[in-house]
Amino acid sequence: MSANTWTIAAARDALRKGEITAVDLTMSCLTAIDAGDALNAFVHKTPEIALEQARAADVRLADSRKSGGDAPSLCGIPLGIKDLFCTKGVPSQAASNILKGFKPEYESTVTTKLFGDGAVMLGKLNMDEFAMGSSNETSCYGNVVNPWKIDDRQLTPGGSSGGSAAAVAADLCLAATGTDTGGSIRQPAAFTGITGIKPTYGRVSRWGVVAFASSLDQAGPMTKSVRDAAIFLQSMSGHDPKDSTSADIPVPDFEAALTGDIRGKKIGIPREYRMDGMPAEIEALWADGVAMMKDAGAEIVDISLPHTKYALPAYYVIAPAEASSNLARYDGVRYGHRAQLSAGDGITEMYEKTRAEGFGPEVQRRIMVGTYVLSAGFYDAYYNRARKVRALIKRDFELAFADGIDAILTPATPSSAFGLGEMANADPVEMYLNDVFTVTVNLAGLPGVAVPVGLDKKGLPMGLQLIGRPWDEAGLLNHAYVLERAAGFVSKPQKWW
Amino acid sequence: MSIDIDTARKVAKLARIRVEEAQLPKLAEQLSGILGFMEQLNEVNVDGIEPMVSVTPMRLVRRRDVVTDGNIQAQILKNAPDAREGFFAVPKVVE
Repeated sequence: MSANTWTIAAARDALRKGEITAVDLTMSCLTAIDAGDALNAFVHKTPEIALEQARAADVRLADSRKSGGDAPSLCGIPLGIKDLFCTKGVPSQAASNILKGFKPEYESTVTTKLFGDGAVMLGKLNMDEFAMGSSNETSCYGNVVNPWKIDDRQLTPGGSSGGSAAAVAADLCLAATGTDTGGSIRQPAAFTGITGIKPTYGRVSRWGVVAFASSLDQAGPMTKSVRDAAIFLQSMSGHDPKDSTSADIPVPDFEAALTGDIRGKKIGIPREYRMDGMPAEIEALWADGVAMMKDAGAEIVDISLPHTKYALPAYYVIAPAEASSNLARYDGVRYGHRAQLSAGDGITEMYEKTRAEGFGPEVQRRIMVGTYVLSAGFYDAYYNRARKVRALIKRDFELAFADGIDAILTPATPSSAFGLGEMANADPVEMYLNDVFTVTVNLAGLPGVAVPVGLDKKGLPMGLQLIGRPWDEAGLLNHAYVLERAAGFVSKPQKWW
Repeated sequence: MSIDIDTARKVAKLARIRVEEAQLPKLAEQLSGILGFMEQLNEVNVDGIEPMVSVTPMRLVRRRDVVTDGNIQAQILKNAPDAREGFFAVPKVVE
């Protein structure tokens, strides 16, 4: 098999033993990327940077071999980076026209850590504009196409990390960074048959990641296996003085936690996640997952998370409110796009024209919803009420965990991937329903992981979600590892691109 | 709560996003739909519940009040659409 199809774990072992060079591994990915333009996943390719980093990684790997030590796990591993991460001297646009031409003068903490461990950046990955979307149809670069295909339709890879999901599923890279505000790692992972974890809020630094909703945003890895997620997350995690919400607590060894033993663990099954109108196949998949955990020796416990129903409406108050504040910085003054002005236009016209031209329709809509719910007279009725409901949603989880629940098993998405354009005439709210199983986790700040578990009758991947205790990514990944092994999901999309 | 055209115009103004008059009815309709969805929150009893302010219980750390960089004027201005003589340039704001 061509090296671009490898997992991080397999490539790490081969690189350390000198069975392949980082340059050859990188070349195989660059070749796959150039052949994968039809997916529209990579929007800024950086082959020169990749090869320079790969050559440096080969030197480091050789030095480590000579000294009898091990280079870091990510040394020489070619990755894709979501366009939301600021990368020095490389376009970082959050898939928005308002940041057209923006090349940061600094490097995000996450990419700094990855490069410090010797990782190779292949380029920047497509996404929904400012991470606002569940289908990758709001990007200024155009839609990403899911490598999974069952008829002549093009399917969505999900969103917002749709470019990351498509690139990993199509083997254009070994793994990719994603970010998750309401499900943007887990939903696209489920739609493309890969693994994606959103860590506990505060586990990974947000510094240098373009902000959407600061109390919900977390970056995480999107990978071909649970072990890869553990390896990748290890490198991304840790305290960062530049992010005041980053937690100053030790990061455990996530890979070492993958024992495959969950005997005696309590898995909660929340009854409120059994939604009306849920496809029978999703329900059957969920039941399969429950049986797999039970077979592995876990105890299955029915639990109640009574405020689940209110998570989406609370999210769609809080996230736009924070976005309207965060996105106020795009004013045409310091960076990015500025509209052409007419004679007599003042600074207000400059702001209004710049933001009308630079932001796409979904981003404009969310900024305006946020502006409205924060405006005088409505702040208490909407924003404060949503924050109170958020406190109740978080308390639901705290009570479950206090009862001894170790992890919670739910579906990842309410359906498998749908066709690009199929939701074009839908109400915006219908698109928001994609996040119904994932937003609760962001509101409560918990870690959540999507694992591919099976194919539906149409032949499209479906995933399950595991939700863990705060800061227990190690335990959560071990549960995911058990689910992955039991499910034995090995399907790959047929190459058509 | 439904949003009328005047409210939509006001929200667009507050958000500093130009919306053409012809687009306002559609915007008002979409905003109304989204806000209608949020009305469900009124079903929840939130008596005595404090609004959540911090995701994880931690004290916000303070940094030392010291200069950590400086003399990077060129870097700061590098991405500006209009930078002149070491400044960000904008249309005249004082008559």
